[in-house]
Amino acid sequence: MTGRDRLQDDAPVVLRLNDITKTFGALTANDAVSLSLCRGEVIALLGENGAGKTTLMNILFGQYTADSGSVEVFGAELPPGNPRAALDAGVGMVHQHFTLADNMTVLENVTLGTRSLWRPGLDRAAARAKILKLAQDFRLSVDPDARVGALTVGERQRVEILKALYRDARILILDEPTAVLTPQETDDLFETLSEAVAKGLSIVFISHKLHEVMAISDRVLILRHGKLVAEARTEDMDKHRLAALMVGSDVAAPEVAPSEPGAALMSLQGVVTPDQGNAPGLKAVTLALRAGQITGLAGVSGNGQAALADLIGGLIQPAAGTLALADENHPHWTPREAVQSGIARIPEDRHKTGTIADFDLTENAILESYRDAPFSRRGWMNWGRAEAFTRGVIDTYDVRCPGPGTRIRLLSGGNMQKLILGRVLEAEPRIILANQPVRGLDIGAVNYVHSRLLEARDNGAAVLLISEDLDEIMTLSDVIHVISEGRLSPEFPRGTMTPAELGVWMAGHGFDDEVAHAS
Amino acid sequence: MRLEPIANPTLARSISLPFAAIAATVVIASLLAMAAGANPFAVLGLILKGAAGSKFALLETLNRATPLIFTGLAVAVAFRAKLWNIGAEAQLYAGALVTVVLGTGALGWPSGLLLPTLAVLAMLAGAVVLLVPALLKVRFGVDEVVTTLLFNFIFLLFISMLLEGPLKDPMGMGWPKSARLIPEARLPRIFDGLRLHWGFALALIAAGVVWVIERRTTLGYEMRAVGLNREAAQFAGIPVNAVLIKTALLSGGLAALAGFSEAAGLKGNLTLDLSPGFGYTGIIVAMLALLNPLAVIAAALFVAGIFVGADSMSRAVGVPTYLADIMLATALLLMVLAILLTRFRVVRE
Repeated sequence: MTGRDRLQDDAPVVLRLNDITKTFGALTANDAVSLSLCRGEVIALLGENGAGKTTLMNILFGQYTADSGSVEVFGAELPPGNPRAALDAGVGMVHQHFTLADNMTVLENVTLGTRSLWRPGLDRAAARAKILKLAQDFRLSVDPDARVGALTVGERQRVEILKALYRDARILILDEPTAVLTPQETDDLFETLSEAVAKGLSIVFISHKLHEVMAISDRVLILRHGKLVAEARTEDMDKHRLAALMVGSDVAAPEVAPSEPGAALMSLQGVVTPDQGNAPGLKAVTLALRAGQITGLAGVSGNGQAALADLIGGLIQPAAGTLALADENHPHWTPREAVQSGIARIPEDRHKTGTIADFDLTENAILESYRDAPFSRRGWMNWGRAEAFTRGVIDTYDVRCPGPGTRIRLLSGGNMQKLILGRVLEAEPRIILANQPVRGLDIGAVNYVHSRLLEARDNGAAVLLISEDLDEIMTLSDVIHVISEGRLSPEFPRGTMTPAELGVWMAGHGFDDEVAHAS
Repeated sequence: MRLEPIANPTLARSISLPFAAIAATVVIASLLAMAAGANPFAVLGLILKGAAGSKFALLETLNRATPLIFTGLAVAVAFRAKLWNIGAEAQLYAGALVTVVLGTGALGWPSGLLLPTLAVLAMLAGAVVLLVPALLKVRFGVDEVVTTLLFNFIFLLFISMLLEGPLKDPMGMGWPKSARLIPEARLPRIFDGLRLHWGFALALIAAGVVWVIERRTTLGYEMRAVGLNREAAQFAGIPVNAVLIKTALLSGGLAALAGFSEAAGLKGNLTLDLSPGFGYTGIIVAMLALLNPLAVIAAALFVAGIFVGADSMSRAVGVPTYLADIMLATALLLMVLAILLTRFRVVRE
């Protein structure tokens, strides 16, 4: 449901950005962008990675200073570069990466920073009453005394929203809010947002999930290469036109043809791994990854996906059970051995584990292969060959960057992921571990990554696709397993399960009477 | 005021800021000289003259820079891999200890054989001294800042014990000092008649070698990767623990060369004042050089010049030599600030 009918044409403008321009060196992140937001309106800011959405919102929120242009909130111009002024003016931002203190309770997190340094006391009762009232009004069910570290991702996001509402925000900016949510949690979020606009709040919704933009927004603005290329009422748009405007050309999702599965290239037999803090380990997991087949692993985040990915990636070893490649056992299983055994690993977190931010593209491209010829011989690096390899990856995988000497922290997420793809796929792997390979990427990059995975499958690779996006799993996978609390469901061939049926397994049901369900 | 990150700092910014830090240091030193009642230009002039104003002064500065290059390299290498070696002082003394134990007559070999042997064994000793904290770190997660720092005191007391006991020079009239090195164990002078020994040349070579290791070898690549992002390095299959151990061996060995060079090149014996804190000053040198091995040479010359120049300035105008310590401390703090400002700009609210 949307606020379209509610929205009157004479609703007052609450937020206005005038000709915002921001450059980083040679890159123009925002080029004379202007927009306005009315009371009770939801606008969607749509654009590929690197289109300038986040930069624009950071300027609005005062985290960056624009080179030129101004921000007006409720008719008053905001002083540039001052988040406090934005907060005081009633702008609240929910970042893509949460900014919560894990060791504190919800109440403490929400009130953090609202207290004067000179009056350190906190009227807990009043704060609790206010939080509970907000939670009820906006349907944000969360326990004020729960420790944030123990909350699910969806609950944490609710805390972030509560934090903004507690500060009496009238304008909410949500940066990719659904990237970390399950479908059910996304529905909850949309209900909250509907409540919010009904109460006269205004929302800027940043996303590149088109169906969500269509569902929630009144108006949609499309950024491309820092420029505002289109602005329209959402009802006058459709998904296809939005996608075309976003990338500047027509895009098509890759076709998925059925595959011809071959021999098992990797098999796990009754593998057990220890729990890691809150994250469950594997509980007697048996799994076969077959050549020419994409195996999808569905499940709610934090149910043992990390353990399975770490195991296959060589970071942990089975505590019990066996891991076998083709037929050989690997008692000393390390990342190096995994790479040398022909396993391509696309890590979940490309910023923290996939790349080294201050290394340039060349140094990142050879992270897994620097010890092998031709990149080094007897301990001596051959940077010429490394750079030539990187140039090849840049060309083949369409990595948009100034050159191989660029530090990778300057690349957008999609381009970073393309470099990682190039790094692992150029080695012609037999097995591909793709852990959340398209999280946070735009449509163009998503389709690109998916088509590369399908291509690898058709060339005989065994692919394990781990994703929290059930659509992605069901579209690409030839067989699906569900993981719940470290237990693996039986194998479900393509088309034999509905999302609802998979959802039952994801919720942890069916594992005890496995036989009945597997038939 | 607050800091806003700069996504891609310009080359001009990253080069000009360190120099601005040095310039600001000079200004602050001038103010202090004025406070001490002296003409700041005269004081600075005298420091410069004392550091490089004559052949004697220049050679003194080069001699003083020699151990600082070694300890600066030792610290720079370790810090590059985020191995916080604060124990260069102990490693330096380990190198000096091996030099005097074997160089006072235990090995009666000719110079050409004895000196390389002493240098290599000194490096081994320094490497072993840092190996222990490094192993504790990778095995048990013991903080190497604490272990390396505290080991300095233990090792100095150990040297003190040796100098009062088995290593005590019988001809030393009761002073806690070792016997003198045999002539074959002394580093010769580079030029006849000039008081500059081959230790300085060795230091320059070491800087070049470290630069080559960092930029051209797999070990250097591994060290930089481990230092910048240990998690990603681990994931990629870089043997993080082995890299830390190798880094520790290299770092400890470099620091030990400072002890070898001081004992065999300058002093000729071992006393407890062989190093007036070269191991700690090496941290300042490495930071001033932004951990770049070639810049370590320049930073060591700068630091040595201030020390030597301040000595002679103090004799001439009576401003205390503490000015040198203040200048170094100021330079270090301002350099840290400069590094910060290379990556962040100050935004006024």
